[in-house]
Amino acid sequence: MMSLLKKLVGWFDDRFPLMDTMKEHLTEYYAPKNFNFWYFFGSLALLVLVIQIASGIFLTMSYKPDAQLAFGAVEYIMRDVQGGWLLRYIHSTGASMFFVVVYLHMFRGMMYGSYKKPRELLWIIGMVIYLVLMAEAFMGYLLPWGQMSFWGAQVITNLFSTVPFVGPDLAILIRGDFVISEATLNRFFALHVAAIPLIVVGIVFVHLVALHKVGSNNPDGIEIKKHKDANGHPLDGIPFHPYYTVKDAMGAVVFLFIFCAIIFFAPDMGGYFLEYNNFVPANPMKTPEHIAPVWYFTPYYAILRAVPPLFGSQFPGVVAMGVGTVIFFFLPWLDRGKVKSIRYRGPIYKIFLTLFVISFLGLGWLGTLPATPVYTWIARVLSVVYFAFFLLMPWYTKIDKTKPEPSRVTSH
Amino acid sequence: MTKNVDHSKRLLLVAASVAAGGVAAAGAGAPFVISLMPSERAKAAGAPVEVDISTIEPGTMMVIEWQGKPVWIVRRTKAMLDLLDKHNDELADADSSVQQQPEYCKNPERSIKPEYLVVLGVCTHLGCSPTYRPEVAPADLGGKWPGGWFCPCHGSRFDLAARVYKGVPAPSNLVVPPHKYLSETRLLIGDDSKGKA
Repeated sequence: MMSLLKKLVGWFDDRFPLMDTMKEHLTEYYAPKNFNFWYFFGSLALLVLVIQIASGIFLTMSYKPDAQLAFGAVEYIMRDVQGGWLLRYIHSTGASMFFVVVYLHMFRGMMYGSYKKPRELLWIIGMVIYLVLMAEAFMGYLLPWGQMSFWGAQVITNLFSTVPFVGPDLAILIRGDFVISEATLNRFFALHVAAIPLIVVGIVFVHLVALHKVGSNNPDGIEIKKHKDANGHPLDGIPFHPYYTVKDAMGAVVFLFIFCAIIFFAPDMGGYFLEYNNFVPANPMKTPEHIAPVWYFTPYYAILRAVPPLFGSQFPGVVAMGVGTVIFFFLPWLDRGKVKSIRYRGPIYKIFLTLFVISFLGLGWLGTLPATPVYTWIARVLSVVYFAFFLLMPWYTKIDKTKPEPSRVTSH
Repeated sequence: MTKNVDHSKRLLLVAASVAAGGVAAAGAGAPFVISLMPSERAKAAGAPVEVDISTIEPGTMMVIEWQGKPVWIVRRTKAMLDLLDKHNDELADADSSVQQQPEYCKNPERSIKPEYLVVLGVCTHLGCSPTYRPEVAPADLGGKWPGGWFCPCHGSRFDLAARVYKGVPAPSNLVVPPHKYLSETRLLIGDDSKGKA
């Protein structure tokens, strides 16, 4: 029996690098031994991607991308398709949880300086995934064809029309019509279910290839490849399989507990995961009383609203919002600190990172609320803090008093 | 074998091939891009719309659909019209100098007949449809509110001639679409040509 299996593996190995790949990326891929809680979120993001693709494929089987039928098709899935409500709630909860996991994954990278040399490209690839994911989420949100779907898409596509000179034509090109219409619904459907998922899977693969080339960072922010044993394996590394496959499986179990609790007990999360106005069919003649994007876009939405129109144009606000997302790309070069991990950073960096987290969460909260003059002023202050974290970084990371890094990882 | 390679010739051939291939790729991409533009059907949806305005009560608003967008027809009362010139200094463009209306509506009422305002119900900020708030000085809009529209999305304010207030996100007055009277009570929206009827 064993020899038969060995023969079979051998047959494959002669034709495909099966065992070599397994060794290189799992059983002999050495990861730092001091991974902590924050290192769950990479593998969890992969898990959510799989959940979204699986639930999405099955939702597509009952959905109709037609302006007359789309809203009804979603209600049909919710009421009549066997288990349809579960599939839909898995997919809608998955969208929000994707961003929860990705935001925590990004924060981990910021805390431990994982974007610093030699992982700049790894960080940039990750940021591309983040931007593509935002496009995926935005387009998916149009598909239920509710009031928030319609008016959210109306506002976002109109952001493009504020671009000087080409803006109005650009917005028409995106919508395929002069207003949000069935043409928009159809193309967003095509992009949401086919084009963007293919791209996401592709770049996630590239993200992993880049990760395995440079190796994982760790909470101490030091390179484990500097100290190797006689076999060339890092002294502070352990094989990914079985050590981290088991750890990540445990993380997945805990995550799925939370995931299921949301699906079964709070699928709309009090209007944050599924907005109440989206249970009303799209009406191009009437905007709901209060519109706001889903929570994962609200920090940027608050920045957009915080910038007053300049020279009779809303474009500066749109630019601020765009820069607010794209600025993460430049972190590897904005950060002039000598150490990677927050454990060895000085007090100034810690204060700035704390202020950044406060501004991000604060803007996110404000973005869900109607814009009153007081809230707009708070959003302005928080926007300044948000950008100060990035723009002052070359200066404060340089003068900050860092602690010496250990040469070997400190086990925890 | 590689000794007698003419590198400059090879470079020229590579560059020429890349250039030719690039042109071909751009040409092949064209049908994909043009398919994203509005279809003939979408363009045809912009046809003019005829409306009977005899049923609008004084002080109320009728919403009709033209080019997929809401068009408001408001029958303004004498009291409403009298308030129009009382707040000119609070408006961003009180004289409608920005071309947001046909020439025949460039007047204080922004309309052909002062009683009836015809305006596109699309906020000039990011395209939401503002809410009709004709009442004077409601609690949530402040004591100086003379009636008008309030945009729920980002808080832009417009008066009853659809002129934008200063200091709100919307940069300009609401658009007055081309329109003309076919008779006392029939209005054609989307066409103001003299010859056609």
